[in-house]
Amino acid sequence: MERFLRIDRRIIFAIITVAVIVSLILRFELPIPPSEPVQGVYEKIESLPKGSHVMIAFDYDPSSKEELQPMAIAFLHHCFSRELKVIGMTHYTGAPGLADQAMTSVASQYQKKNGEDYTFLGYKPGGASLIINMGENLYSAFPKDFYGNDTTTLPVLQGVDSLREIDFLFDLAAGTTIETWIVFGKEKYKFEFGAGCTAVMGPDMYPFLQSKQLAGLLGGLKGAAEYEALVGKKANAVSGMRPQSVVHVIIILFVIFGNIVYFTSGRARRA
Amino acid sequence: MRKDSNFFILVGSIGLFVCINIFLMASGKLPFSSDGFGIILGAGLTLAVYSFLYKDNPAFKIAENLYVGVSLGYTIIITWFNFLKPDLYDPLIVPMFSKAAEKAPQYALIFPSLLGIFMLLRFSRKLSWLSRWTFAFVVGLGAGVSIPRVISAFILEQIKPSLHPVFSGGETILSSINTLLIMLGVISVLIYFIFSVEHKGAIGKMSKIGIWFLMISFGASFGYTVMGRLSLLIGRIQFLLKDWLGILQ
Repeated sequence: MERFLRIDRRIIFAIITVAVIVSLILRFELPIPPSEPVQGVYEKIESLPKGSHVMIAFDYDPSSKEELQPMAIAFLHHCFSRELKVIGMTHYTGAPGLADQAMTSVASQYQKKNGEDYTFLGYKPGGASLIINMGENLYSAFPKDFYGNDTTTLPVLQGVDSLREIDFLFDLAAGTTIETWIVFGKEKYKFEFGAGCTAVMGPDMYPFLQSKQLAGLLGGLKGAAEYEALVGKKANAVSGMRPQSVVHVIIILFVIFGNIVYFTSGRARRA
Repeated sequence: MRKDSNFFILVGSIGLFVCINIFLMASGKLPFSSDGFGIILGAGLTLAVYSFLYKDNPAFKIAENLYVGVSLGYTIIITWFNFLKPDLYDPLIVPMFSKAAEKAPQYALIFPSLLGIFMLLRFSRKLSWLSRWTFAFVVGLGAGVSIPRVISAFILEQIKPSLHPVFSGGETILSSINTLLIMLGVISVLIYFIFSVEHKGAIGKMSKIGIWFLMISFGASFGYTVMGRLSLLIGRIQFLLKDWLGILQ
């Protein structure tokens, strides 16, 4: 039994990798029922009338792309299919490429035009002060969009002077931006707010759901998969649920096995 | 002997990677274009980073250093074109020195620009004292803006649902149980963190309940962390199998 406690960790890495590859190649369906927080974001978008303004904050970079980019794409599908006006921006220097790619590729599927139906304002530093600036005057915070156009001339921004005129703001966060948006944006300028975050941050965000400071929450790849299923655009997140489920079972078995070996080996008694 | 075997493993892996890419391009699975070479580069760097799981090696070191350099360069370019150029250079510097400029210079930008420059003077022994003005401005402004908003959003708004009545009419039994659990969790965890009273008797029992709540919370966080890290692995393997090797559709 002792030798199982000294198992080379590379064997565990190999097992996990093989499990992921096999479960990606073998196609089998798993039910993906939407959870209440994900449903909250979906229903909020469903409730918005045509032409409403939705702002997406792409607050992540390539290191969190695997979790948050599928969320962004599924959310954009939902917005464009509902004929909503989409405004993108980011607090992260690493995000513009990803955000532009997501917005352009999804918009082209719905024949949406840049500047008329959507715009990407780009990156600005400042965090809290940027949010306050946007809350007072969006055009002074972003005089030009990511493509160099004067924002005051953009038809998509007609009727929007500040964050107060945003009907729903959705933050895709890999850091602490959800809290920043709540503290300096939502509480002061009173817009409806939802978020998508990496799984690591998920548990910390639940208190904001309970206090209704968040209308809904997409947590990690699972949240993205639920949203993809809800909007009927099953892609990478949904197919990622197969290896996720299989590897979770393997990890649970490893934990049980490790505990059995630990207690039967006599180490527990010695400890 | 051991060093030789590591060298041969590295050279063999690189050779195998090159052969696979030649085959993929020759068979038309990867386009002979910048897109194709981009995918090859992405695949190579992904494999180089994951090779650390086997052992630290030169391929991992190259990928690690490349990441630091590229991300810094990218940050500088994005900051210039998204922030410094449209918000400072175009409205202040260009009109000041160009007669062809249509708009008057925005002189109000000089003050914040100077504060920014003062921050960089920390590198100078003689002038580093000027950076204190910037820090004083940042700390004063930050505290003034943050304190009331943080108290409102994080404390007052969070207390409201914690004080939600257990039976106010219309709620389900499960939601009432949920409210009771929240109340028990908040009180017991707060008691656990009171260190000025000895944890004996009723206080000791409540603090033990608090520990259980904390353990469950840590477990949930750990579970989510495992899920998050696994999602990154799944994403990279999807990229390798779908975009690079073309096995997945």
